[in-house]
Order: sequence, then structure tokens, then C-alpha cells
Amino acid sequence: MDNFQIPVSYYLVLSVLLFSIGVMGVLFRRNAIVIFMCIELMLNAVNLLLAAFSVLHGDTGGQVFVFFIMAVAAAEVAVGLAILIMIYRNVKSTDINILNKLKW
Amino acid sequence: MMKLAVCLLPLFPLLGFLLNGLAGRKFSKNIAALTGCLPVLASFVISLCLFIQLLKGEITVITVDCFDWLQAGGLSVPFSFLIDPLSSVMLLVVTGVGFLIHVYSAGYMHDDEAFARFFAYMNLFIMFMLLLVLGNNYAVMFCGWEGVGLCSYLLIGFWFKNTAYNNAAKKAFIMNRIGDLGFLLGMFLIYNTFGSLSYKEVFEGAGRFTSGTPEITAIALLLFVGAIGKSAQIPLYTWLPDAMAGPTPVSALIHAATMVTAGVYMIARSNILYALSPAAMGVVAAVGAATAVFAATIGLVQNDIKKVLAYSTVSQLGYMFVAMGVGAFTGGIFHLVTHAFFKALLFLGAGSVIHAMGGEQDIRKMGGLRKHLPVTFYTFLIAAIAISGIPPFAGFFSKDEILGYAFAGNRLVWLLGILGSVLTAFYMFRLFYLTFSGKFRGTETQLSHLHESPKIMTVPLVILALLSAAGGFIGMPAVFGGTHFLANFLSPVFAEGAQRLSLPELSHGMELVLMAVAVFIAAAAILYARNVYVLKQGVPAGEQDELPVLHRLVYRKYYVDELYDKIIVKPLMALSGVFYSFLDIRVIDGLVNFSGSLVLKTSSVLRKTQAGTIGFYVFAMVIGVILVLLYNIMM
Repeated sequence: MDNFQIPVSYYLVLSVLLFSIGVMGVLFRRNAIVIFMCIELMLNAVNLLLAAFSVLHGDTGGQVFVFFIMAVAAAEVAVGLAILIMIYRNVKSTDINILNKLKW
Repeated sequence: MMKLAVCLLPLFPLLGFLLNGLAGRKFSKNIAALTGCLPVLASFVISLCLFIQLLKGEITVITVDCFDWLQAGGLSVPFSFLIDPLSSVMLLVVTGVGFLIHVYSAGYMHDDEAFARFFAYMNLFIMFMLLLVLGNNYAVMFCGWEGVGLCSYLLIGFWFKNTAYNNAAKKAFIMNRIGDLGFLLGMFLIYNTFGSLSYKEVFEGAGRFTSGTPEITAIALLLFVGAIGKSAQIPLYTWLPDAMAGPTPVSALIHAATMVTAGVYMIARSNILYALSPAAMGVVAAVGAATAVFAATIGLVQNDIKKVLAYSTVSQLGYMFVAMGVGAFTGGIFHLVTHAFFKALLFLGAGSVIHAMGGEQDIRKMGGLRKHLPVTFYTFLIAAIAISGIPPFAGFFSKDEILGYAFAGNRLVWLLGILGSVLTAFYMFRLFYLTFSGKFRGTETQLSHLHESPKIMTVPLVILALLSAAGGFIGMPAVFGGTHFLANFLSPVFAEGAQRLSLPELSHGMELVLMAVAVFIAAAAILYARNVYVLKQGVPAGEQDELPVLHRLVYRKYYVDELYDKIIVKPLMALSGVFYSFLDIRVIDGLVNFSGSLVLKTSSVLRKTQAGTIGFYVFAMVIGVILVLLYNIMM
């Protein structure tokens, strides 16, 4: 390629930032929908990294993985949102701390 | 073909044991009795064939390697059998007398509910006894040695609902263990010294040592400790009188004719080792002579018919050890054989009496049984004469051979032997007269119940009586123009030991004088017994009567049991009490409880983290992941 290529470290940093934001969101937010979005954010940070390394190594395997992850994430979102809707119908809230009855 | 026959010898009784032991409950009594007796008969027939072949000189020695038993490092112990004149004689005694006692048991035990179990144990005993005498190395002998100890335990405690009987069984087992430890240590030392446990290699190796080597003496003494335990010599004899708790055929088979003679057999087998160690021989002779007299004195005043016979057995075993100790190996085995005949007969006769008396064993309550039990009376009389050493019955020849050798070897031992034989003649005829002559002293019900035993019991008695009467002729000494068949037959086994000892020979005249002395004083003792118990109608004092001090001392068996109880059992119990309350409860239980309560306490702290807050779980997970990453980076 040519000289205008963005160095892979940029992708790395961006990806780490996105992932950390996602982790922080999961850890500290209480709204289930936000947590859900943060999980998506983490997944996409990983996707970004996969795509970047795929280009760097000239191996399309990484991009194939990205597609798989997207497909699985879409399915997961569908199930997860369905669960969220059921929770909301039951407790009229999406605050996860209300759902602390899942214990013995 | 021959090898197969030898292997079958112990396998027949094993088969009998398995059949009766596993399926005995389903068998009728007749089937169970047949399953018990036939294997022993089969083994007897094989033994007889082997004996005849040895006699004809068609074979001299057979060794049969069945399989490799132990293989570890330099140690290799094959499970192999040895047939030579000595084991052949033992085989005949074990299976022959064993078979007669089995037949007798079929009658004696007929009303017992555990009939099949009895025969199962008896067959197991015969199997182990055959292993003991057949073994071609000390390990196989030890296997049989332990096995017969186990069967002895099982059969003494045969009526296990009675606590006293169980205690007697435990006592026998534990005292035997003490001796077995000696045997085991002896075996280790043999392996250490000769690098092998097989008889051939050990005895050939021993030939290279000079007389009096400390290793050989140590081995001989340790093996003798084993013999002391098994053959009930001082100081481990107290289990044998208690072992009379078992059914009477058991007393006859195990505690008179076969198992208790295993120690004698073992020493005879190891005769070269003993011949190389004069010190060990001296100890054997001393212990034997002391036991012969000591046990005989206790036998003088016992009132239980089986107890008298038990002490008599201990005393006669003492004679066999005297024989071993003075180098009369043939004499010892000869006495073993004749003793097996007449002592088995005495026990079976006593069993017949007990059977007729409805379980009564106290001779003070018997008397006048002669007309009620004629067959038992005559056979018992023959046995009593035989054991007293009156010619030409079996005991005379064997006992006088031993006493002759003792006289040539050590006068003191001879003197003790003569003393023992006087006592033997007296207590035997005391027992005999109190049981069979005079007036009946039991209850009316017992009197009406008195009957001669059935044929199945009297026929073995008659056969044993014939053997007791004529058995001595297998060892007819040269002084009576005999050739001493047994000595010639056994000579290959004892040749080397005898050669090393170079025993002094007695002149025929001296031999005759010694015999005359022995017979004369035995006869005097019998006449004295007759005087006291027949002419004066004496009856031993009752349980409540005040006894003179010496009499009481002997009657209470010199308080040896009480002494052992005080100096060994009680301190051991106290020690184990300490161990129980400190080591067991505090240390061991403490450790176990501590580990339990540690888990409980830790978990009661940690469970607070599992409060159901998802946020905390996720947080913990992230922290964990970060720690794992950090760890990887650090490494």
C-alpha cells in the first residue's frame, strides 16, 4: 500500500478505548439497555481490531470472523431485547439492581 | 500326572470349602456331610498313593512349581510344593486323621444348625494345613501357617453367640500373632542371609556355615518363637486350654492332632539350621521340657474333661520339642504321629462322653460310664494306655525314643521327661477312672439320657484305637529286633542334620534299663490313680470347697492367666485408653474436625460476596480478567 496508511497502533488504541468504555458502562450503569449497548460496543471494538489486523496481515480470515460476530451479535440482540421487554413488563423497570432475586 | 495329583491335594478341600461355604445353606445335612468328608478322603487317597510310591522308591522327591507367587526385585517366591518323606508322613496324618475326624463330626455336629458352615471351615483348615506341610519354601509354609491360625480362630469361635467363646477365639488368634511375628522376622533374616526362601537353597546355603554362627542361631530362635506360639509352649501356651471352647472335633483335629504340631514340623523341616546352632537346640529342649512338666502338673487337678486333655496336649507337644532340642528329629516326628492318633482318639472319646452327657464336661459329675458307653470306654482305655507309655502301645515307643535321646544328651532334660511321664500317666488315669468307673454322679435326667454314640462316631474311634495300639510298630527300635521303619523312611530328610550333630549312641542294655524305669514308674502312677479314684472312690473337691494352698495354686493354673492379664493385657489396655483419649480424640479427631470447621468458617465469610448483585459479579469478573492479563504480562 502507500504512505497514507493509518498505522495499526491507532486502531489498537481506538479499539482499547472503545472496549474500556464498554466495560465501564457494563460495570457502572444500571440501566439494562445501556449495559446492553455497552456490550455491543465491546463486540464492535473487537470487530474493529479483527478487521485492522486482517488488513495488516493480508489475511481475510479476520474479516470473515467479523461477519460471524455481527451475525451472532444480531441474534443475541434479538434474544436480549426480548428478555428485556419481558423484564420490563414484569417489574416496570430496566434497572438491573431490581433483579437481584436470581439467587438462592 | 504326578504333579497334577500333588496340586489336587489342597484343591479338593478348597472345593469342599467353596461348595459348603457358598451353597451350604441349601444342602441337606447328608449332602453337606458328604461334601465335607469326600474331599478329605480324596486327599487322603492321593497322599497314600504318594506315600506308597515313595516307599517303593519309585520317586524320591517331587517338587511342583504351580506359579510365580511373589516377584519383586531380587525376591522370587514360586508357589511350589514339595513331596518328600517328611511331608508325606505329615500328609498322611493330616488327611488320614482329618478324614476320621470329619466322619466323626458328621455324627457329633448333627444337631447343629450351622452344620454346613462347620464343614466349610474344617475343609478350609485341611486346605491350609496341606499348604503348610506341602510348601517348598518358607513363604508357602507361612501362608498355610497363617491360614490354619485363621481357621482355628473361626472354629474356636464357632458358636459365636457366646461371648466367652469369642474371647477364647480372639485370645488364640492374638497369641498366635505374637509367635507369627517371630516366624516372619525369622523369614526376613533367612532371606537376608541366604537370599532365598526355598528350602533347598536355604539348607544348601546353611551347609556352608560353621556351627554356632550368630545369624543361624538368630534364625533358629526366631523360627522357634513362631513354633512357641503355634504349638502352645511356655510362655504362649495359655491360648490352647481356652481353645477348648470350640466343638470337640475341632479340638481333636486342630488343637491336638495337626495344627499345634506345625511348630514341630517346622523345626524338623529346618533341622539343618537347628543342628548348626547348639544354643537354639538348648533353648528348644529347655522350653520343651519345662512345658512338658509344667502343663502336666496343671493337668493333674483340672476337672473339665477337655481342659485335662488340653494341658495334656501342651505337655506332649513339650515332649516333641524336647525331641527336636536333643536332636531326635525322627523321634519327634514319630511322637507327633502317635500323638495324633491317641490324642485325637482321646478328644473324640471325650466328645462321645460329652455327647452322651448332654453337654456336661465336668468329670466330677460323670463316673460309671463304662456300662453305658462300652465302645468309648475301650477305645479311651487304649488311648490312655498309649499316652501313658505302656508297651506295646504307640506312645511307649515314641516317648521312649525321645527319652533315650534325652538321656544321652542331657540328664536333666531326661529327668524332667520322666517326671512328665509320671504325671501324664496319673492325670490320664485320674480322668479315665473318674469318667468311666465308680458310680454315676450326674443328675437323673442325664442318667436316663446316657447312650452309646451312633456308628458314625464309634467307627472312627475304633480305627483310631487300632492305630493307637499298633502305631508304635512303625518305629520299632533295634533293641526289640525292629528296624525302625520310620527312621529309615525319614533318614534322607534328617541325614544332614543328624550328621552334623553326631548324636551319642546308647547301648542296648542302657536303653532297656531306661525303658524299664519309664514303664515301671508310669505303671506305678496308674496304680496310684486307681488306688485314689477307684478303691477309695475319691472325687475332686467341688468349686466352693477350700483347697490347700499348693492345690489351689495348680488348680488356678499357677495364676498365669491372671499374671498375663496384669502385666500385659491391663497395661496395654491402659495405654490404648491413653491413645484413645489423647491421640485419637484430640489429635486425629481434632485434625479432621478442624479441616471441617475451617471450610465452614471460610465459606461463611465468602458466601457474603454472593449476594445476588449482578454488578458485583461483573466487576469481580473484570478484575479477574485484568489480573490474569497482568499476570501474563508480568510473566
